[in-house]
Amino acid sequence: MTGTEPAPPTTYREALREAMREALAADDRVFLMGEDVGRYGGAFGVSLGLLDEFGSARVRDTPLSESAFVGAGIGAAIAGLRPIVEVMTVNFSLLALDQILNNAATLLHMSGGQVGVPLVIRMTTGAGRQLAAQHSHSLEGWYAHIPGIRVLAPATIEDARYMLAPALADPDPVVIFEHGSLYNASGTMPAGSGPVDLDSAAVRRPGTDVTLITYGGSLGKALDAAEQLAADGIAAEVVDLRTLRPLDDTTVLGSVQQTHRAVVVDEGWRTGGLSAEVAARVTEQGFYDLDAPVQRVCAAEVPVPYARQLEEAALPQVADIVAAARRAVG
Amino acid sequence: MIRRTAANPRRSRQRTAGGMDHQLAMLREMVRIRRFEERCVELYSSGEIRGFVHLCIGEEAVSVGVNRALTAEDSVVTTYREHGHALARGVPAEAVFAEMLGRVTGCSRGRGGSMHLFDTARRFYGGHGIVAGGLPVAAGLALAARMRGQPNLTCCFFGDGAFAEGEFHETANLAALWDLPLLLICENNLYAMGTPLVREHAQTDLAARAASYGLVAWAADGMDVLAVEHAARRAARAVREGGGPYFLELRTYRFRAHSMYDPDLYRDKTEIEQWKERDPITRLADLMCADGSLDGHGLELIEKEIADELDQAVDRAREGGLEPAEDLLRFVRSPASEPS
Repeated sequence: MTGTEPAPPTTYREALREAMREALAADDRVFLMGEDVGRYGGAFGVSLGLLDEFGSARVRDTPLSESAFVGAGIGAAIAGLRPIVEVMTVNFSLLALDQILNNAATLLHMSGGQVGVPLVIRMTTGAGRQLAAQHSHSLEGWYAHIPGIRVLAPATIEDARYMLAPALADPDPVVIFEHGSLYNASGTMPAGSGPVDLDSAAVRRPGTDVTLITYGGSLGKALDAAEQLAADGIAAEVVDLRTLRPLDDTTVLGSVQQTHRAVVVDEGWRTGGLSAEVAARVTEQGFYDLDAPVQRVCAAEVPVPYARQLEEAALPQVADIVAAARRAVG
Repeated sequence: MIRRTAANPRRSRQRTAGGMDHQLAMLREMVRIRRFEERCVELYSSGEIRGFVHLCIGEEAVSVGVNRALTAEDSVVTTYREHGHALARGVPAEAVFAEMLGRVTGCSRGRGGSMHLFDTARRFYGGHGIVAGGLPVAAGLALAARMRGQPNLTCCFFGDGAFAEGEFHETANLAALWDLPLLLICENNLYAMGTPLVREHAQTDLAARAASYGLVAWAADGMDVLAVEHAARRAARAVREGGGPYFLELRTYRFRAHSMYDPDLYRDKTEIEQWKERDPITRLADLMCADGSLDGHGLELIEKEIADELDQAVDRAREGGLEPAEDLLRFVRSPASEPS
C-alpha cells in the first residue's frame, strides 16, 4: 500500500466522457456529433456537459439522419479533422451502414491508398434493459466482418477511459461498441492506467482448466461464472477480446494451449456470428491443443423480446456459461 | 431564403467571363472528353477495359461548365459517370486510361476502375458507385472547410436517380441547416438507369423540391455550356460568400446507353436523335462559327491535337505496370496500421 489517496469511484459513462473531454481539449481537430449529443447530453448521458465546455461547433447535435451525419464524419475525416460520431444504438447504425461499409471501410483501398478516413464511430449495443427487438441487438459481429475498420468493445472502466485516444490516433476508421448495461458500472480506475494497446486481448482472470473467451457486456457474466466454477475447483481463465477486429489470435490461442478447453461467450446470434469466427480460429490453429470440442454460449436465435423472463432466456446467462464450461471440462 | 429561378441562356452568354479564347477553351475541353470516351468504347470493345463503364457523351457541358466555377482549393465528389468530371478537373487522361486498364499507374492504382477515379492532389474525391452515397461525404468535406474558416467549397455531382434516395434528402437538409459551403449539381439526364424521370418522381421539378429544404435552387440548360458556366459561377460565388448550399439542376441527356452492358431498349430512338440536335459541342461550335471566332480549320486543329494527345495517353497507359498480386492487401488499412 502506498500512502496516496485512493482514486475516487467513477463509472463507465464518466470514463467515456472523460476520454472525450480529454480528446476535445487536446486536439482542436476533434469534434463530436450525433443525435442529442449536445443539449440533451447524449441519449445515455455520455456527453453531458461537453456542449457547455466546448461549444456547439465542436459538440454538434444532428438531425435524425444517420447516413448523412456518419457520411459527414467521413468527409470531415478525409479533410483532416478527427470526428467522433455517436450513433445512438447499433440497430440505428444500420441506417448508416452504406456509409460505414461502402465509404469509411472502402475508400482507402478503392482510391489506391489516397483517401484515408480517420473516423471514430461510437454506438451502444446489447440487451438486458427490456428495450425489445429494435434497441437490443448485438451486431458488432457484423462490423467485425468488414475489412478496413477496427472494431473495439470496451468492457471495463479502464478501457472505456483509455481506448478513445489510440482510436483517434488510428489513421483508419474505428467503431466502438459500448454495451448499454455497462454505463452505470462503477469502480475505481486502476493505478497506472493509460492508453490501451488496441491490438491485444486481455486476460482478465488467470486459470488453468478452461478458457472463457468473451468481450463487452458478457465479460462480467464470464467472470461471475469463473467465480462459481472456482468454488467447484475448476480454474477458468477469462479472456476479454477487447478488439473484435483484428482479433488477437495470439492471446486466445496462448490461453487455449494452457487450458486445452475453450468456451466462447457472445451476446450476438450464434449462426454466422463472431463466436463462430473465434471458435473456427481456435479449431484451425489450436486443434491439437484441444481436449474437448469448443463450446459456445450465444443469444437465442430470436429478435430480443421485451418481457423480462423472455429477454433473460434469450441472452447468455452465468448459469449457461458455467454449464458450458462443465461440458468442456467433462 | 428560398428562391428558385431559371437561368436565362441569352443573358448568361452576355455575362459569361472571358471572350473567344475562353469559349474556344471550353469547346476544346468538351471535344476532348467526347473523344476520350470514344476511345473508351474502342478499348472496351477490344477487351482491354472491363467491368462497368458509364459514358457521359452528350453531358460534357455539365463537366466543363461547372468546373469553370471551381478553384484548385475546392473539393469535388462525384458519381460513377465521372470521366468528364475527372478530365475537366485536370486528372491526366493517361492516368484515367491506365486506371481503366487496371494498371498501377492508374489514378487509383487500378483498384477502382472506371467508376472510382480518385486524385486527392486535385481534391477529386471519387468516383462513387452507390447512388447518392457521395453526398454525405461531400457535406463532411464542406463542414471541415466551414469549421476551419476556409473559403473553399465542395462541389458534389449526382443524378436524378440520386434525388430519389434518402441520402440526398438527409444531406440537403443537413447542408441547409448548417449553412455548409456545398454546391449541389444535379445532373438530370432524365433516366435513372432505364427508368424515366416521370416514372421515378411524382414531382419532376427537382429544383423546386430542393428549394423546399431552405437552400437556393435553380434549373439551367445542361446542354448549353455557357448557361451552365454562368449558373455555376453565380452559385459558387454565393456559396463562397456564405450563402449556404446551392442546388443546380442541369437538364441534360446521355446519347449513349447507361453502361456498356445496357442494350438501351427503353428509349425511343427519335428521342435520342432529338436530343442530339442539342449536342453541346455542336451548339457552341455553331455559335462560334456564326460570330466568326471559329472556322472549319480551327476545329480540325483541335481534333488533331486531341487525337495526338489521346494516342499518346493510351500508349503510355498500356505501358503501365500491373500491381503484383502479393500487394493485394495493401491499403485495406493505412501503412502505419498494417500488419508487418
